Amino acid sequence: MKKLLSIFAVLAFGFSANAGTLDDVKNRGFLKCGVTTGLIGFAAPDDAGNWAGFDVDVCRAVAAAIFGDSSKVEFTTTTGKSRFPTLASGEIDMLARNTTWTLSRDVNLGFEFVGVNYYDGQGFMIPSALGVDDATGLDGATVCIQTGTTTELNLADFFRANGIGYEALPIETNDEARENLFAGRCDVYTTDASGLSATRAQADDPDKWVVLPNIISKEPLGPLVRHGDHQWGDVVRWSLNTLIIAEELGINSSNVDDMKSSNVPEVLRVLGVEGGYGEMLELSNDFAYNIIKQVGNYSESFDRNIGPDTPLGIGRNLNALWTDGGILYAPPFR
Amino acid sequence: MQNNLFQDQKFRGILYQTLVVGFFALGLYFVINTTAYNLEKRNIATGFGFLNNPAGFDISFSPFLDFKSTDTHLKVYFVGVLNTLLVSFCGCIAATILGFIVGIIRLSSNWLLSRIAYIYVEFTRNTPLLLQIILWYAILIQLPRIKQAPQIWETFYISNRGLFGPKPIFLDGSNIVILSLVLGFIISFFIARWAKKRQDTTGQQFPIFTTNLSIIVFLPLVVFFIMGSPITLEYPVLKGFNFKGGAVIRPEFIAMFLALSIYTAAFISETVRSGILSVTKGQREASGALGLKKNWIMRLIIIPQALRVIVPPLTSQYLNLTKNSSLGIAVGYADLVHGFGGISLNQTGQAIECMAITMATYLLISLTISFFMNIYNRSIQFKEK
Repeated sequence: MKKLLSIFAVLAFGFSANAGTLDDVKNRGFLKCGVTTGLIGFAAPDDAGNWAGFDVDVCRAVAAAIFGDSSKVEFTTTTGKSRFPTLASGEIDMLARNTTWTLSRDVNLGFEFVGVNYYDGQGFMIPSALGVDDATGLDGATVCIQTGTTTELNLADFFRANGIGYEALPIETNDEARENLFAGRCDVYTTDASGLSATRAQADDPDKWVVLPNIISKEPLGPLVRHGDHQWGDVVRWSLNTLIIAEELGINSSNVDDMKSSNVPEVLRVLGVEGGYGEMLELSNDFAYNIIKQVGNYSESFDRNIGPDTPLGIGRNLNALWTDGGILYAPPFR
Repeated sequence: MQNNLFQDQKFRGILYQTLVVGFFALGLYFVINTTAYNLEKRNIATGFGFLNNPAGFDISFSPFLDFKSTDTHLKVYFVGVLNTLLVSFCGCIAATILGFIVGIIRLSSNWLLSRIAYIYVEFTRNTPLLLQIILWYAILIQLPRIKQAPQIWETFYISNRGLFGPKPIFLDGSNIVILSLVLGFIISFFIARWAKKRQDTTGQQFPIFTTNLSIIVFLPLVVFFIMGSPITLEYPVLKGFNFKGGAVIRPEFIAMFLALSIYTAAFISETVRSGILSVTKGQREASGALGLKKNWIMRLIIIPQALRVIVPPLTSQYLNLTKNSSLGIAVGYADLVHGFGGISLNQTGQAIECMAITMATYLLISLTISFFMNIYNRSIQFKEK
């Protein structure tokens, strides 16, 4: 009986104890990253079945930092609803899924947002044939909305504040919302403006759809991890910061090797030529070099996935570097 | 001595049962303990206080309660329960009617009819319900758009946002009309009782159906005109983005209703078939020999005996249908699981609390259905005289 009890005790303890996530990931040999069920530009499988996108690049950066190989990621698709339980239960190591950083999620749900990789805001997309050019003209419209999101709450607030009515059609995934919008079940689709651009890019004729100029909320989107494992949180945070710092310093995937002989001290620190910053994170000293070499810097990832030359055609705007009039800013690599 | 004790069957029985219960309790204790420990470790708040916080989101499909985003999560719960009950109730009734018809048709001597019923049953029974729900919704969503909605007499409109029709508006004096309708039903009930008693004692028949129908229809109609038509109809009018006024049945509800009732009816029809086949051939032949008409044999001899076999499995089909209504989330039907167990859960993060409440509610609904079906079952069982 005593033996049995101790087995139970070990089991109970084993389930609850989170030995360092970083060690778990290293032992496992790959990173488990949660992404969306498919949002073009942010996270979607390409024709060959490889995941690509702006959020996917954050996962790849973390994998590059740990293993020196950005392909060592296993992607798990999550809906707006399933993402938090999936992360909390330890099924994934981190979540990079256009998730808005809010107080209650940070505190009450037991997560830790490690930074912001995209500053977004909630907007509305409608058929241009409706002839509405401002969201306050949407009185009585049927609105498709993804459930379990902050947009759901902002939507209610916006219509309440403007004293106009609407009918909400709560839907589980972006794909379902898109189908309902295109079929005319709803007049309006509301989500983060970036998501709207992605949805619009998938329409047969994108010109038939307009994204209204109204931005009704702040949506800082960023990767998050479970609260309490600070070492792991640091690894993800500095992988993300590396992308931004690399852009600041003008390091990109093609010039990263030449930059190793740069005479700028911070560049040398970032690339692991000087100092032992990687070791502080329990990574190799060239972790940032690997990220930049394999994933690129922030602007490379942006331009490749969602920038002006992609079907999404999103401008940098708020997401430009602080030196270029945006608010993208990373603490110094020192 | 110990050997003897173990040879004692009674002692062994008690020992094993104690062990099983003990292990179960121990397992439960560890699950609860681990959960509580982990929740605390991850700083996840627990408790039921969130029920009184404002929901912050809107629910549009709420035919019984008026819901605003400033209402509490508790109200979200009630809206969800009512929507679950609505689709389950409508589904059970439709499934029963359809199931009985198909069950009888399958036994029909008409080869074509019975084959069609057979194909229907096998097809519906052997494909997943979730797919059927999504299929119905996909069809409904392809109906005409709201601006091109075809109309019937400028009263009914069919679109992929739902079926629109007139809504009755009750003015002053309308309650007297409704009262007269209720009165009509009460009078009919007593006439039926009286007529049955008379037939039992004297054998004389009374035209119950026509008499009662006219009482139920004409009594309120006369009162309606005497009171000066206090009930009017409000017609839906296309204004801006949507129809304003009138009544509407949403495609989400229709998809759930159709899928649930058609799926469950297939199972019920098999139950009905087995019930009818369980009545021995002699019963049918004997009643035929007495000169009873064919539909009377079914109604008076076969069905009452078949019901004894049909009702217990029918109960579990009702329970299945009710629980299956939780698939509403697939098409955005705001039932209990979608609204409270989904959106509220997500916005508050109180997964364990929301799930516990939701499960307890399904348990309560199911036990209530079983309770009433068991009463009904007892009332139709063979009573020894």
